[in-house]
Amino acid sequence: MRVGKTLKIKDLFLTFMKIGLFTFGGGYAMIPIIEDICVDKRRWISHDEMMEITVIAEATPGPIAINCATFVGYKQAGAAGAGAATLGVILPSFCIIFVISMCLEHFLEITWVANAFRGIKIAVGILILNAAVNMIKKMPKKPMPVLTMAVSCFTMILSDLFSWRVSTVVLMVAAAGFSLSVYGVKQLEKRGR
Amino acid sequence: MSVIWQLFFGFFRVGCFAFGGAYGAIPLIRDVVLSHGWLDDETLTYFIAVSESTPGPIMVNLATYIGSTQAGFWGAVAATVAVTLPAFVLIIIIIAMMRNAVENQYVKAMLDGVKPCIAGIILATGGYMTVKGCAAAKPFSPDIQGMTIAAVLAGILLVRGKRKKKISPILLILLSACLGICIYGM
Repeated sequence: MRVGKTLKIKDLFLTFMKIGLFTFGGGYAMIPIIEDICVDKRRWISHDEMMEITVIAEATPGPIAINCATFVGYKQAGAAGAGAATLGVILPSFCIIFVISMCLEHFLEITWVANAFRGIKIAVGILILNAAVNMIKKMPKKPMPVLTMAVSCFTMILSDLFSWRVSTVVLMVAAAGFSLSVYGVKQLEKRGR
Repeated sequence: MSVIWQLFFGFFRVGCFAFGGAYGAIPLIRDVVLSHGWLDDETLTYFIAVSESTPGPIMVNLATYIGSTQAGFWGAVAATVAVTLPAFVLIIIIIAMMRNAVENQYVKAMLDGVKPCIAGIILATGGYMTVKGCAAAKPFSPDIQGMTIAAVLAGILLVRGKRKKKISPILLILLSACLGICIYGM
């Protein structure tokens, strides 16, 4: 039994290392690959559990890939399994990035590389804008969310323009508190009736 | 407080509040990095591009990079562990004892407020970074070369979006690099 568990932990580590090494484009790109390997091929988790983890990942902070790895690892071999899977998914990119971090700045001194990065800078801005537009499309078009969105966007633009240091965390906590109190008041009104 | 602890607490905060994947984390990371003066806006933008084009979760890549440039290997370890720790612990707590926490009405009410707020923050960050990226010298005087690149990239995204096709971010970044070499090189 013990040997079986050690093998399983090693298997989890190696499988998630492969996932971490071959998925470009971040967490959302990993979900279909995790589904393919963990649900269809390995049968570590069921389709329903895969749905459950995407719902949980939406509601919890942190990298989505970490949420998935922790979930699958824990289901298979408890806390040790969760640790092995999470470590596996991080390790490849940790090594790659660590190496890049030591040479990127020298690289940027070459003229054509610097020019390339000036173009890339624009692409990054546009990609982030695109992500925001996709999020807003999925948002319910009711007054409350639209108002929250507008206020937070406006505050951020002002803080960038005038270099105020408005913490994004404070904004998010305020939005959560506001939404919760509106919900609370609505509940009280219902009870009052 | 030593840099390593600053990295740890800074990225722990990012890990605790980064809802909505990597794009939700970018404004938070920018906030932490700029307030500590670790990188300037420009270097951070370059590294966001590198993180998108290398394998692995973008948030983790950014943490590793920033940690490594500020405090070497242990800085990289501290930042990477800190950014993943909240998600790791929360998921274990949720599966082990509070399976229906996600369905709790108060949690839902809170998330209903947080999600549009994040969308607004990302929108502002993306807009600001695009406008800034288009300007070579001063932040708010976009030049023709920059605007041309922005127009081409936005055009491609719009056309693909209309046909309900997605373009991979890596492809778009590669394209922008080629455009940058050609247009700024002339």
